Amino acid sequence: MSSLASLSRRVWRYYLFYAAGFFSLVAMLAIAEQLGLAPRWIGQIFLFATIAIYAAIGVMSRTSDVSEYYVAGRRVPALFNGMATAADWMSAASFIGLAGTLYYAGFEGLAFVTGWTGGYVLVALLLAPFLRKFGQFTIPDFLGARYEGHFARVVGVFAGVLASFVYVVAQIYGVGLITSRFIGIEFEIGVFVGLAGILVCSFLGGMRAVTWTQVAQYLILIVAYLVPVGILSYKVTGVPLPQLTYGKVLQDLGVKELELFSEPRENAVRVQYRHRAEEYARKIADLPDSLAAERMAQVQRVNELRTQGAAARDISVAERQLRDLPRTADEARVKWERARQDSLSRTVPPPPHAEAHPGADQAARDSARRNFLALTFVLMVGTAALPHILMRYYTTPTVREARRSVFWSLFFIFLLYVTAPAYAVFAKWEVYSSLVGSNIATLPHWVASWGKVGLVKIEDINGDGILQLAELTINSDAILLLVPELAGLPYVVSGLVAAGGLAAALSTADGLLLTISHALSHDLYYKIINPEASTQRRLVITKSQLLVVAVVAAWVASLRPDSILFMVGLAFSIAASAFFPALVLGIFWKRANKWGAVTGMIAGLGMTLYYIVRTHPFFGGSMAEAWLDIHPISCGVFGVPAGFVVIAVVSLLTPPPSAEVQALVDDVRLPDPAKKRKQALTS
Amino acid sequence: MSRDNDNSAETRAAAERYWKTTLRLTVGLLLVWAAVSFLPGWFADELNSMVFFGWPFGFYMAAQGALIVFLLIVWLYDFCMTRLERRHGLDPDD
Repeated sequence: MSSLASLSRRVWRYYLFYAAGFFSLVAMLAIAEQLGLAPRWIGQIFLFATIAIYAAIGVMSRTSDVSEYYVAGRRVPALFNGMATAADWMSAASFIGLAGTLYYAGFEGLAFVTGWTGGYVLVALLLAPFLRKFGQFTIPDFLGARYEGHFARVVGVFAGVLASFVYVVAQIYGVGLITSRFIGIEFEIGVFVGLAGILVCSFLGGMRAVTWTQVAQYLILIVAYLVPVGILSYKVTGVPLPQLTYGKVLQDLGVKELELFSEPRENAVRVQYRHRAEEYARKIADLPDSLAAERMAQVQRVNELRTQGAAARDISVAERQLRDLPRTADEARVKWERARQDSLSRTVPPPPHAEAHPGADQAARDSARRNFLALTFVLMVGTAALPHILMRYYTTPTVREARRSVFWSLFFIFLLYVTAPAYAVFAKWEVYSSLVGSNIATLPHWVASWGKVGLVKIEDINGDGILQLAELTINSDAILLLVPELAGLPYVVSGLVAAGGLAAALSTADGLLLTISHALSHDLYYKIINPEASTQRRLVITKSQLLVVAVVAAWVASLRPDSILFMVGLAFSIAASAFFPALVLGIFWKRANKWGAVTGMIAGLGMTLYYIVRTHPFFGGSMAEAWLDIHPISCGVFGVPAGFVVIAVVSLLTPPPSAEVQALVDDVRLPDPAKKRKQALTS
Repeated sequence: MSRDNDNSAETRAAAERYWKTTLRLTVGLLLVWAAVSFLPGWFADELNSMVFFGWPFGFYMAAQGALIVFLLIVWLYDFCMTRLERRHGLDPDD
């Protein structure tokens, strides 16, 4: 115990130095900006300095000890494990995407906030202490021991690798986005630069290095998240605590929304968008003739301009329009349908921010409510089943520390999630009250610079020179990155936010890659293929697996698979339906046996995948096939109950598990006993 | 307690009691969790007509209230389990 206490003291000292160093870096850059340092340089210094810090921690924590590599020697104090878990947990989607989702979805987006925090109650009460008591290296380890044999382990490896891989691709994609936007390099190169950053942390030191870099990354990401909105809150309300003050702003926003939605010019713009949508509908109906007519008209226009001797710029614009016309009728149908939907979405004002389950009629409102609750459920259960999170609770010294570290994890995660709705409300307030209604010619500088990268779009459809709400498009991922500029803050704050986003993506990617490579090398290779492998060989295999998986994931990410949010949702549903029933019943129901678990995991996973294929257009399904109108992102809501039912039924139809397994369950249920008994049990 | 003679009936009975208490606590806290997670979402419309420090109450619950209750549940679980362990002599700090 005393060695743990001294470790804890030493770690505290390191991180105090580190925090002081980081703050002086920020302060120095702020001063340099005042003295005229270009924004581009500030972004680069931020990103490279933070990656260098992570690399230094990674190199300092290098290890070739198996227990250190897999579970950080099981001596991570609860508080620090909480921070590491929080960084592991909060991905690019939480950091960058959540504020934007809440901005557009209003109340409906809160499913993410409740879902992504409430899952930790399940982790604390149903899993973490028991997994820590079991005390092996991976989640398939538990499945293999509890459900007697390789079958359950292999199913666990498959589901774990599937869920983690889908998730890690999304993270590497996020890293690519941030590095390419803030350093100004190609997206594909950005992906591989990010990959290098991920690998220096995890390659040499495994879990040990990842844990300590994640603590460092948490500190950066939380500061980067809280500072801009804190300053914005201070500007709007005079109190720098957005979490407490945004209720009042939400009220004012409600008044502003009513005013804006009934404004005559706003309505005139909406009518114009309705005409445009009808125009597209007509053109789609007349395909392929409408496309030919369009092309003819455009060719004529180009010729007219040429013969009239118009300015070269006008001619080249007209030529580009001609080139950009769809080539085939099918292409035109897709393109015009998208444009029609976009125009159509602008014909109605967005629902008021705080309105719960909005919908045109009672049926739509009921369906929104069902989907809200289903999404909350899936996110919660998925949280409690993602292997890279559960694995973290193997690293604490005792069961009690594991329990306590769930509390700290939730606390550190809470800080971000409780702030995200405030972000959305403050950003919306700024946009509605100071951006909308202003003169388009005199909009602030940043509107144009974000417009260049396509994240902000303005179209003066009624030509009045004034910005109407319906004429403004802001990409949902840009909301968070825009807040510093909305608030008129110096660029150093934007750089800080970028560094925070990078920290969020890198830390999650690290944890996921480690989970995948552990599953392949420890569970598949060491436990099943070659149990005689030496320690040395196991670590070599782990490290090479890590490299291969990382490169494959980066390669997939560089192909830019388009629906990232869907992939993240899919990862949650896969993990929830494959792992949650088998893990929970494994601890709380002694009668659950091998056959029940294996069939239950396969049934849960199968149900989830089946529902996705049935309803998601990507796989050729459609929402017309949906049950109870549940969207494919919440497919786990069917998979989880299916898993529970199948495990229960099949277990009862087959013989109960052996006496050893029953003893194992008894043992897992009791916390750390005094030392003597512990030795007897683990031998 | 009697952790010196592991397999005695007394130890097993104590372990049984310990587990029963754990289960009761777990079920109780899970009920609170389920209520806080899903009821405000179901009745959000009705709750939104109430105002809580500026927030519509339904919005507040989903954005902040539920999260605070989650933190309290996890804290309370640790607090009760630590006391329970101490009572059963399962304290790691002994």
